[in-house]
Amino acid sequence: MFPKPIEKSSRAWQLGYQALLPLAMLLWLTPLLAVALFSIRPDADFITGNYWGWPSSFEMIKNYSMVFTSAMPRYILNSFLITIPTVIGALMLSCMTGFALGVYKFRGNLLIFFMFIAGNFVPFQILMVPVRDLTLDMGLYNTKTGLVLFHIAFQTGFCTLFMRNFIKALPFELIEAARVEGIAEWRIFWYVVLPLMKPAIAALSVLIFTFIWNDYFWAIVLTQGENSQPVTAGITSFNAQYRAMYHLMSAGSIIAALPPVLMFFLMQKHFIAGLTLGAVK
Amino acid sequence: MATTSPRNKAPAKQSWYKRNEIAITPWLFLMPAILMFTLYVVFPIFQSFQISLFKWDGLGSLNTHGKYVGLDNYEKLLTRDRSFNTSLWNNLKWLIFYLAAIPAGLCIALFLNQTVRGIRLYKSLFFFPFVISQIVVGLFFTWFYDPQYGLFNGIIGFIGFEPINVLGDPNLATYGIIAAGLWPQTAFCMILYLTGLNSVDPEQIEAARLDGAKGLKMLWFVILPQLRPATFIAFVVTVIGSLRSFDLIAIMTNGGPFGSTRVLSFYMFEKSLSEYGFKMGYGAAIAVILFLIMMVFIGYFLWKTYQDEKTTNQ
Repeated sequence: MFPKPIEKSSRAWQLGYQALLPLAMLLWLTPLLAVALFSIRPDADFITGNYWGWPSSFEMIKNYSMVFTSAMPRYILNSFLITIPTVIGALMLSCMTGFALGVYKFRGNLLIFFMFIAGNFVPFQILMVPVRDLTLDMGLYNTKTGLVLFHIAFQTGFCTLFMRNFIKALPFELIEAARVEGIAEWRIFWYVVLPLMKPAIAALSVLIFTFIWNDYFWAIVLTQGENSQPVTAGITSFNAQYRAMYHLMSAGSIIAALPPVLMFFLMQKHFIAGLTLGAVK
Repeated sequence: MATTSPRNKAPAKQSWYKRNEIAITPWLFLMPAILMFTLYVVFPIFQSFQISLFKWDGLGSLNTHGKYVGLDNYEKLLTRDRSFNTSLWNNLKWLIFYLAAIPAGLCIALFLNQTVRGIRLYKSLFFFPFVISQIVVGLFFTWFYDPQYGLFNGIIGFIGFEPINVLGDPNLATYGIIAAGLWPQTAFCMILYLTGLNSVDPEQIEAARLDGAKGLKMLWFVILPQLRPATFIAFVVTVIGSLRSFDLIAIMTNGGPFGSTRVLSFYMFEKSLSEYGFKMGYGAAIAVILFLIMMVFIGYFLWKTYQDEKTTNQ
């Protein structure tokens, strides 16, 4: 293990380390803590200029319930209605592509794989005008469906990279054994490979959930207004509505950030596996 | 047709499928994804190349309402557009300073790679910024820098400096935004390195210790070579992230002050879809240039992947 385990050093070092940890963490999370502090202040504090002192009263419930009486819950619902179908769609497609590219040897295999990887890294801007046009032509501009369809297509690139590498690492003898038994290929996919992919599916779903929840660019390119915009785009109109009311803006942005944060803390193991498994073994 | 048995059609068809099952199945499985990916990703790339040769306001179809201008858009961009120059320079600044996330992430990872009580919680709290959307990170830092009530000026005022309006100063604003971007990006690099450190070979470390290596020497000659896969991914993702930067700029300065924080991705968006009019052709030309810059790094990544594939398949 590197660096040297702290238990092996002197008592003073150990205590020093233990004391440094929370300090470093507080320093690291300062921007977040500052906003959290704002979000429980009364508006009177902002008028009197009491920004960093002790709050004159704690208005957490009042501020946060104000957020819930605005359009915010609507935006959050939209975010869920965009994010969840995208996760399901992208996973379905990429389980299939991952299987096809990971198990079969055929001409063009690597080429198709590289197409998915390269597509996943292109700048969004080069897709913007044509995708916006396409969505308009399909009559899906300013709908959640239009946004979901694009997200599924785009995320399939990253998911394929991940799934294909995962399946490639599975023992190939399993598939050969099934073939010897004369089992149809689609049954091999369904009964042999898919059950083994559960960890990859879990990891990717948490990761894609976070990516899509946090998307802003496509939300403003393909949607407008309360009916279809997700919370990342909604937060700007929320802030326009409560301009200069920092206690409400802070509370609003904390709520907007919350779902992926909860997801991360609940499924941390899968999240980190997802982030690193595709990359670092 | 002649080779299949003529008795009835259904079993013959099935047996044709059966015989070619292994050749056909992958294509059936790939079909839906390839269709969607082609429609939404591959086609649009070529369309953008095409649009960039036109003068077009996005209304009507390109062929009837667009005016073919050849390479005029590019000529104008590269020779007469000062905003484009600013954007390109800012992209370069992003590219260079954003890379600081890699050593910073490594330092934090080394700091946290211990097994004391509660370390798991610390690790996840350090990783936390990566999970928050860039929009919210942008808001956090906008308020952090605020000249009147921001904590940043609270701190430098406490030390005895005059307040600085970071985001209002054309010379500082870009750096202020990059610093905000470094927060989540460092967290990402940290987690890559933490995972990498986990799989460092303990025997090599012991052997190196016996040889008297420690500290920085150990890090440089023993640990870092083993962390190469993590460094590679951190590098690729950071570079691509820096070229893609859009959200933070849109939310923190909206390109200002005086357009000084624009980058290519933001400038393209502004030209194509903003109140200044829909210059789709011009915007597409900016996007194509950004794409070509990015292609260098994408190509590098694909080349590396291809080398790995070749060695694993041998």
